Amino acid sequence: MKMPKEKLISYLINLVGIVVLFLLFVALFQSGVLGSRTNYVKGIFTTACYTIVLVASLNLLVGILGEFSLGHAGFMSVGAYASAIFTNALAGKGLSDLALFVLALIIGGVAAGIAGLLVGIPALRLRGDYLAIVTVAFAEIIRVAFCNFAITGGGRTISGITKLSNFYWCFWVMVICVTIMYMFVRSRFGRTVKAIREDYIAAAASGINVTFYKVLTFTISAFFAGIGGAMYAHYMTAMIPTNFNFNYSAELLTEVIIGGTGSFTGSIIGAAFLSSLPELMRQFSNYRMLAYSIVLVIVMIFRPGGIFGSWEFSLVRVLKKAKNGELFAKKNKGGAENE
Amino acid sequence: MLELKDVNVHYGAIHAIHDVSLTVNDGEIVSLIGANGAGKTTILHTITGLKKSTSGSILYNGKDLTKVEPSKIITLGMAHVPEGRHIFPTMTVAENLEIGAYIRNNKEEIAKTLESVYEKFPRLKERRKQLAGTLSGGEQQMLAVGRAMMSKPDIILMDEPSMGLSPLLVKEIFKIIKEVHAAGITVLLVEQNAKMALSIADRAYVLETGRIAMSGDAKDLLNDPKVKKAYLGL
Ligand SMILES: Nc1ncnc2c1ncn2[C@@H]1O[C@H](COP(=O)(O)OP(=O)(O)O)[C@@H](O)[C@H]1O
Ligand SMILES: [Mg+2]
Repeated sequence: MKMPKEKLISYLINLVGIVVLFLLFVALFQSGVLGSRTNYVKGIFTTACYTIVLVASLNLLVGILGEFSLGHAGFMSVGAYASAIFTNALAGKGLSDLALFVLALIIGGVAAGIAGLLVGIPALRLRGDYLAIVTVAFAEIIRVAFCNFAITGGGRTISGITKLSNFYWCFWVMVICVTIMYMFVRSRFGRTVKAIREDYIAAAASGINVTFYKVLTFTISAFFAGIGGAMYAHYMTAMIPTNFNFNYSAELLTEVIIGGTGSFTGSIIGAAFLSSLPELMRQFSNYRMLAYSIVLVIVMIFRPGGIFGSWEFSLVRVLKKAKNGELFAKKNKGGAENE
Repeated sequence: MLELKDVNVHYGAIHAIHDVSLTVNDGEIVSLIGANGAGKTTILHTITGLKKSTSGSILYNGKDLTKVEPSKIITLGMAHVPEGRHIFPTMTVAENLEIGAYIRNNKEEIAKTLESVYEKFPRLKERRKQLAGTLSGGEQQMLAVGRAMMSKPDIILMDEPSMGLSPLLVKEIFKIIKEVHAAGITVLLVEQNAKMALSIADRAYVLETGRIAMSGDAKDLLNDPKVKKAYLGL
């Protein structure tokens, strides 16, 4: 009842936190302390941004709806190709880069969302592990199809996609996407979806249209995967359908599980860490999947709910603790996980 | 208000329900008793659309329920407390109750109903911020009933609310059912605990392997020698 004001304040605090974080990044890159490695580090952070969007969108499915998708890279590729085709057609037609970028993101998201709807309607009527199987099949079909369509390069690399994804824009796209997903989870809508995961008979008995909400959540998840794909396409500027293979889908799912199903904090840190790790240790990149598997096994043994379980970082909570002088007892680090 | 006529239900080749007819009138408590596997749950699922009948009609206030989606049943004023405490374990008690009022929009009215539910179940009020999965068996059953009350139903279908509860809690649950009924809600009660179910009901049906074997006034059935022998262990 007294919530709105408190809520507003906490939103403002979070916004300030995010802006401060952003300014720190700007300072890092503009001051030149990184020297010749500035662009390289920027690139890693950009990669982290779209990976966060991808992992968080998959977490919506795994953590909130409780359904497994092993074909998330398929939806990402739909977004990547749809947006790339769009910008190739419109590049140099007088639109500003920012407008083009925003439109590309929307096109990528909508295209992937439609794909999600088409896959979700038949797959989610069934219960059990069908979705995992259907999504694997979908991603494979999409990959093979994109290898054969002329417009997607016919199996060859398409290159020359306009470079629109820079770190500063991607940072804000990531913040907006994660915020929307987080608000979705915290809304009445999100609680309804959670109720379905917990007990679909009781949910239906309470008047919840189970299939509708499942398909809708799946579509939203695919939508954000498409946005992630669009960011990816306009960062890489070249791509080939085999980039979006089963391994990549499995990698995303691994990041969700390691971070913690149901925790966006976990997704953010997991995605940021695991997407920069292989870059930082490039010479060992062949062992990446091996390293993932070992980390996954260790996490599953010691923290079956993922590193963060379903815990969420809260800047407001940290500030309250700091005020009460409790911060030194248990220090929270990192700020990228603002929600 | 509720009338089943010659309803048949199959699970694949298994003929689970044979020509079942039963009626529940406004304001009654009607019990449906029967042994494990008799088909009690199947009948409730058929009424609420979770299971499709193969033939027969199900009328509720004149409306054909066989064509209504499970999630629309509650909008007609019929709440279902499923067998085995289907609560939402990792949501709080308050969130569980909130879902119960899912179909309603008027916030003030919902708050009023919530107050009346908390009044009936003070234990739930004490534990409103606790995760439902951490409640005891009896409290979970109260929550399931309370959640059904949140939709302000005209009729509640209850599937074995006493299952797995200690004798003391069984008494408590039956007291609650009486209170629910006293609040003006019609009750169709499915039970294996025949003695309790017959003692609070107006009328009752005895289900044996998918067929109605006996029916009538609950008091008469309670004194029927056949019922006594088969269900009351006397
Ligand atoms: N999903 C199902 N698939 C096949 N048979 C079922 C299923 N559910 C129940 N049955 C069968 O239908 C009969 C009635 O079951 P049920 O309605 O659960 O009985 P009750 O609730 O009286 O214990 C039983 O023989 C049971 O084995
Ligand atoms: Mg049963």
